Amino acid sequence: MLIRVKDLIKDYEEGEVVTHVLRGLSFEIKKGEFVSIMGPSGSGKSTLMHILSFLDKPTKGQYFFEGKEVNSLSDDELAEMRSKKVGFIFQSFNLLNRANVLENVMLPMYYSGVSATERVFRAKKYLSEVGLDHRLYYNPANLSGGEKQRVAIARALVNNPEVIFADEPTGNLDSKSGFQVMKILQELNEKGNTIILVTHERNTAEHAERIITLRDGVIIDDSPITNRQYYTNENQELKK
Amino acid sequence: MNLVESITSAYKTLVHNKVRSFLTMLGIVIGIMSVIVVMSLGDSAKGLILNEVKTLGSNLIIIMPGKTNPKGPPSTLFGNVVTTLKYKDATQILKADNPHIESVCAYVQGTDVLSWSDNNPILTFKGVMSTYIEAEGAKLQAGRFFTEEEDNYNARVIVLGSKAAKDIFGEQNPLGEKVKIRKVNFTVIGVLAERGGGLAQTQDKEVFIPLKTAQNLLLGIDYVSSIRVKVDKSENINDTIMYIEDVLRRSHNIHNPDDDDFTVRSSETAIEAIAQITSAVQFFLVAIASISLLVGGFGIMNIMLATVQERTREIGLRKAVGAKNSDITLQFLIETSFITLVAGVIGIILGALISWLVAVVAQFFGLQWDFIVSPFSIFLGCFVSVGVGLIFGIAPARRASLLNPIEALHYE
Repeated sequence: MLIRVKDLIKDYEEGEVVTHVLRGLSFEIKKGEFVSIMGPSGSGKSTLMHILSFLDKPTKGQYFFEGKEVNSLSDDELAEMRSKKVGFIFQSFNLLNRANVLENVMLPMYYSGVSATERVFRAKKYLSEVGLDHRLYYNPANLSGGEKQRVAIARALVNNPEVIFADEPTGNLDSKSGFQVMKILQELNEKGNTIILVTHERNTAEHAERIITLRDGVIIDDSPITNRQYYTNENQELKK
Repeated sequence: MNLVESITSAYKTLVHNKVRSFLTMLGIVIGIMSVIVVMSLGDSAKGLILNEVKTLGSNLIIIMPGKTNPKGPPSTLFGNVVTTLKYKDATQILKADNPHIESVCAYVQGTDVLSWSDNNPILTFKGVMSTYIEAEGAKLQAGRFFTEEEDNYNARVIVLGSKAAKDIFGEQNPLGEKVKIRKVNFTVIGVLAERGGGLAQTQDKEVFIPLKTAQNLLLGIDYVSSIRVKVDKSENINDTIMYIEDVLRRSHNIHNPDDDDFTVRSSETAIEAIAQITSAVQFFLVAIASISLLVGGFGIMNIMLATVQERTREIGLRKAVGAKNSDITLQFLIETSFITLVAGVIGIILGALISWLVAVVAQFFGLQWDFIVSPFSIFLGCFVSVGVGLIFGIAPARRASLLNPIEALHYE
């Protein structure tokens, strides 16, 4: 089991007021799964993703990653986990405009101790996989939204992570680019990558194999998708 | 995270906002520039003094009144009048007949108006013994120097330095002319050849009269301000110094060297003492220049704090993809130090340029002024500028490293 969560609780304290964001979640995610975490804003899905991706710690409860208890890890060990075990795709891309595309993709490898030549080699390889060979030395500011997100996908892949976290990856994209990104995610999943997608759109969530639905910090539904959506090409043709 | 990536990032920060970078660096540039200029000019001034040693010759011994530390400044430096050294001391040393002593000369001096026709320049007159020519290795351009007899009988004769002669008489032959100092008439009997070079060129502007004439007729004193002894070879300097100390102690009735009321030094140690004062002044000026480094440091800190704020999202992202707190701290420390180092290097170049200009101007005015920028000052400049970056980079770097990655990622 890749991820096992038991009675996960997250409270935020702001002065006297305590907000209960996650109220005792338990679930498991297997290696190679494509899971959507869905729910309206304020349901706690982002907080859950932050905890699962080692950016945040739960107030109570247990989180095992590859059988290892995560809560007891130090800040540096969590940084190490982020570096080696997870890749991120954000709604707002989070590319560095001061660096070119290639440098952006190489960034995570600076922290995981990959040699300089290997960094360039891998970054080029993954950029070519997302179809951006011709944009290596572009400034991200000059790319279209879809291209930016593909750079971000390449960046998420370079350290061969166990899990890819995608936080509203299509939120800032037009529908065509959005389809493209979802297609890449599905292809990655077919190659064996574990993907956790956070979204509030049912349509996007249904690209996964399973949806965990949250509301007010509790899981109200956790079931496989019966009519999974596949995009076969960029012409937005839908195949069910 | 490695050094190259941090430096590349720092370089991009610099180029990204050129005007701001320039203003940020200005404080450090000026600070380092001042330090380099002060150090360079100080070194050049010391060089000038050392050239002086060569002009004087290394086989001179100088006797001064009063006791001083072996390496400290002379006790007369700050205007104290010490009257323990007498004409008799000079003659005692001469009489002792040490084979290494070639000549002995005692000095007094004063500054006053010298009148000749309508010309009334103010200049320095020196009362010296007839042995002056040998003791200083001076040469005559015209006429003769005064004799021992003339010195003994308060003769009213005067020998002019080459520059003084030219200033007073112009192209006219001064020999035989009468000049007046403090209502006493003197007959010009000789003109010294130009000596030039370093600080010694003041000798060209001075005039020379017999020691006793100066003591009795002009100054009304019975002491001398210094005595110079010329030794045959510089190897014999130390022996001769001890010998002279012995003679003077006997003559002054001193039994314990701690009670000495005179100081005997070689010309070299005397000038080393001056060089030491120069170093002290130099150190003081460097300390003042360092204040602008401090101000510049706070400027850098301010800008880097603003940069951290601007790059909050970047820091969040770096943490999300695996940067440890220490990676972020290190990155910002390296960036800050890189900026201050660049500023330091610019400061070193500008400082060297200014020192070079000063040297050119000084040489134009005939000083033996060398352009010196020591490797030590360059090293110090680099070291200090990196140090300023490291010290003033700590606060911004810490703030960056402590950012919460989740908040940082969602920072607008």
